Amino acid sequence: MMRKLAKPAAVLAAFALVFSLSACGEKKVTTYEPGKYSGAPVAAPWDSPQFGGKQAQWEAAIQARTQGQNDYSRIPAK
Amino acid sequence: MARMKFICDANRCIECNGCVTACKNANEVPWGVNRRRVVTLNDGAPGERSISVACMHCSDAPCMAVCPVDCFVRSEDGVVLHDKDQCIGCGYCLYACPFGAPQFPQAGAFGVRGKMDKCTFCQGGPGKASAEEQFSKYGQNRIAEGKLPLCAEMCSTKALLAGDGDVIANIFRERVTIRGKGAEVIGWATAYGTPKAGAAPAATEGKK
Repeated sequence: MMRKLAKPAAVLAAFALVFSLSACGEKKVTTYEPGKYSGAPVAAPWDSPQFGGKQAQWEAAIQARTQGQNDYSRIPAK
Repeated sequence: MARMKFICDANRCIECNGCVTACKNANEVPWGVNRRRVVTLNDGAPGERSISVACMHCSDAPCMAVCPVDCFVRSEDGVVLHDKDQCIGCGYCLYACPFGAPQFPQAGAFGVRGKMDKCTFCQGGPGKASAEEQFSKYGQNRIAEGKLPLCAEMCSTKALLAGDGDVIANIFRERVTIRGKGAEVIGWATAYGTPKAGAAPAATEGKK
């Protein structure tokens, strides 16, 4: 009795395995494409009354300001 | 070209909330909205650490990726800005942001969620509206004046550094070298990209 049932059970299990793993070989089709910005344009920071479009001048001002946060350049470490 | 970033040095932050107050006051941020806040880890336990958190102006910003109306833009100096005229207040960016930066003011009597508000790195916002309108929408534009965000400039211990990512990374690296500890920076990989592109400063032997 058990032997008679073993063969159909094995066939059934093989079919189940094939069906359950059939999607594993599929390639991922979702691709992310960044959207196009829909808002208003952003002015460059140097396009301001203070810098009048002079990028180098703005960058120098920001670099100096940023470096001002360094304690060790203001007060050298012993 | 400068790539504007924040770094918060957890070894220096004393949880004074000066940055939070400076931001709220300078930009007249509405009640209930915190563009910046101080988070304390292991509060009350020995070795607790505090960090000041706001928008980190990520190099690969998740908020930009998920926005259904594409209202986010990166400015020429690397600051992530968004156009409030396009924002529909859906809140996707809030779920996507690992830092909890997007904030939503309560609009109307029934608590309807308003348009998103977040740190602009004190750079105003998109559009060519009048200065008053820009201020009411986005806050101050200190960057155009050659200044840094007020939160960082007001930080009493200089735990919060703002500016060109390379320059502030060097400042932080020098600190770590001199004190000989505290190389870990929370959120570095997300804000500065992969470790290969912008590796966190490694701790090196130094004076203690």
